[in-house]
Amino acid sequence: MNILVLMKVVPDVVEELEVGSDGKSLDTSFLRTIINERDDHALEQALLLKDKHGGKVTLLTLDAPDIDDVLFTALAKGTDRAVKICGVESVQSTQTAVKLFGDVIAKTPDLLPVDLILTGVSAIDDLDGLMAAPIAHQLGWPYTGVVTHVTLADKTATVIKEFAGGVRGEYDVPTPAVLGIQAAEKPPRYVPVAKVRAAMKSQTIETVDAPAVEAATTVEVQQMAKPQVTGHAEMLEGSAEDVAGKICELLAKRGLL
Amino acid sequence: MAGNIWIVAEAWRGQVSEITFELLALGREVAGQAGVPLEAVLLGSNARELAQKLGAADTVLYADNAALADPVPENAAAALAQLIKERQPAAVLVPLTNLSVDVGVVLAAQLNVPFLNYCKNLKADGGNLTATCVLYGGKMEATVTASAKPAIIGILPGARSVEQGRSDKAAAITDVAVTLAAPKVHFKKYLDPETADVDITQKDFLVAVGRGIQTKDNLELAEDLAASLGGAVCGSRPVIDQGWLGLSRQVGKSGMLVKPKLYVMLGISGAPEHVEGMKSSQCIIAVNTDAAAPIFNVAHYGVVGDALEVAPALTEKIKARKG
Ligand SMILES: Cc1cc2nc3c(=O)[nH]c(=O)nc-3n(C[C@H](O)[C@H](O)[C@H](O)COP(=O)(O)OP(=O)(O)OC[C@H]3O[C@@H](n4cnc5c(N)ncnc54)[C@H](O)[C@@H]3O)c2cc1C
Repeated sequence: MNILVLMKVVPDVVEELEVGSDGKSLDTSFLRTIINERDDHALEQALLLKDKHGGKVTLLTLDAPDIDDVLFTALAKGTDRAVKICGVESVQSTQTAVKLFGDVIAKTPDLLPVDLILTGVSAIDDLDGLMAAPIAHQLGWPYTGVVTHVTLADKTATVIKEFAGGVRGEYDVPTPAVLGIQAAEKPPRYVPVAKVRAAMKSQTIETVDAPAVEAATTVEVQQMAKPQVTGHAEMLEGSAEDVAGKICELLAKRGLL
Repeated sequence: MAGNIWIVAEAWRGQVSEITFELLALGREVAGQAGVPLEAVLLGSNARELAQKLGAADTVLYADNAALADPVPENAAAALAQLIKERQPAAVLVPLTNLSVDVGVVLAAQLNVPFLNYCKNLKADGGNLTATCVLYGGKMEATVTASAKPAIIGILPGARSVEQGRSDKAAAITDVAVTLAAPKVHFKKYLDPETADVDITQKDFLVAVGRGIQTKDNLELAEDLAASLGGAVCGSRPVIDQGWLGLSRQVGKSGMLVKPKLYVMLGISGAPEHVEGMKSSQCIIAVNTDAAAPIFNVAHYGVVGDALEVAPALTEKIKARKG
């Protein structure tokens, strides 16, 4: 039972984001990136399936600053093989990312066959598409997104997909398949720094050169800006004690206490 | 503009979803600007009476097929692809819900066009469609032209009001036929939520915790605050993913829609998927260490500060006041 996980990094929105000088993209000079949270869940789901069924988990990413830390951490967690696609400028388009991943998956020896390709259902920078469905389409494999549980048996993945209001749906998806993971069955596992260091010493990250792919052109960003706010909260200032007092006053005034 | 504006109507378990009316309202504006008809597409099985509710559209294309009874995105996408080929719309607006998003992305993949995501506003001027899309968890907005034919556009919940998209007008329904092959993916059943210990949708007072609460132990601070108010604790996705709170306590896109009298938020950034579930609360108070957190554009009152300090202080004040 083999699984390929596709991962990319996204801007860390805990940091302040600024618009670049072109007015159309993020200022990348001080940008900090983190793993797309949903991709991290996709990796965890793959590792949970490996714990249960055995097999191999391969992680494929686009190159990015600090990506080696991410890959070594994944290796320390039990990922068998970590591959990064090098020679990519910061990829701003999901369509382009799909083409890069799709091409590399098709042409790199030994990445296929797998039973499942897992990736995050979406990312906060997915402006012109989501990853999983077009990858599935390219391969001619079935696809299901917003998945929170995966059980494997006999060439079939039984998956649970989230709808709304706590209602979910159960589907049978014949493998090989591509799944867009919303959440793994358990939170992503923790791995001690010592184990990551050990992985850095004993394991290697493979690289493949980015194939030349045509840039996507049918979605053109004219402008990027911080949202124009129509309303802003009335801010309460002071010590914790002070603001607690102020909140109490306003709740009382609104008849809420 | 060559081609009509389409909205994909979402019907689920015998009802038209509210977001369908939001899309009708937005689609009406765009079709008006483009000078073309607005058409709603409803896919279903024995669902013709639901098509009657879509009178805000100039035409409702209704496809009845047994294979469209269950939520199987590849069937819906295949049906839409056929209709698109026959009728050549300029744009197809798809609800960004967990139910419909897969229909949009599978359709876009089949047609080899982008799926324009996170759209909160759309305009037609000249021959162009200009969309405003929300990126980076609500921290940026991109103005984008979509030139694909057709443009497949995912519309965020709340783009327009539901009322704007309702109409008493009788819907002009056109029955359309689609042929569908057996799908690869098989829908087995719905899993309804287990009866929860607490129904957060019925509470007047909610204390919502997010990743900013940091540890499971800190949840106690929220429990104490909720108890002092006579309410319950709920949470954002990461708190549920961590297993700190049960699924029935999740607020947002995949969780519950709540409208309490008071919604106190401890360490929640205000991502669109969360805001969708709580924005109609009567009074929203957000505590967040980040002064630029998007939640402050939604909340009525804001505190830039540590939730771990503010929550217990507030609990004490409320207790003292209630005596
Ligand atoms: C298909 C899909 C469906 C989704 N459905 C939902 C849903 O139903 N509900 C939902 O909530 N999310 C949902 N999400 C996830 C959503 O996109 C966000 O990731 C999530 O809402 C973020 O949760 P958060 O605000 O708690 O965490 P973060 O975004 O990480 O924010 C944590 C915040 O805490 C603040 N903070 C840190 N420390 C402190 C402190 N000591 N005191 C005060 N503040 C502090 C930080 O400044 C930050 O703003 C969904 C995502 C997808 C892709």
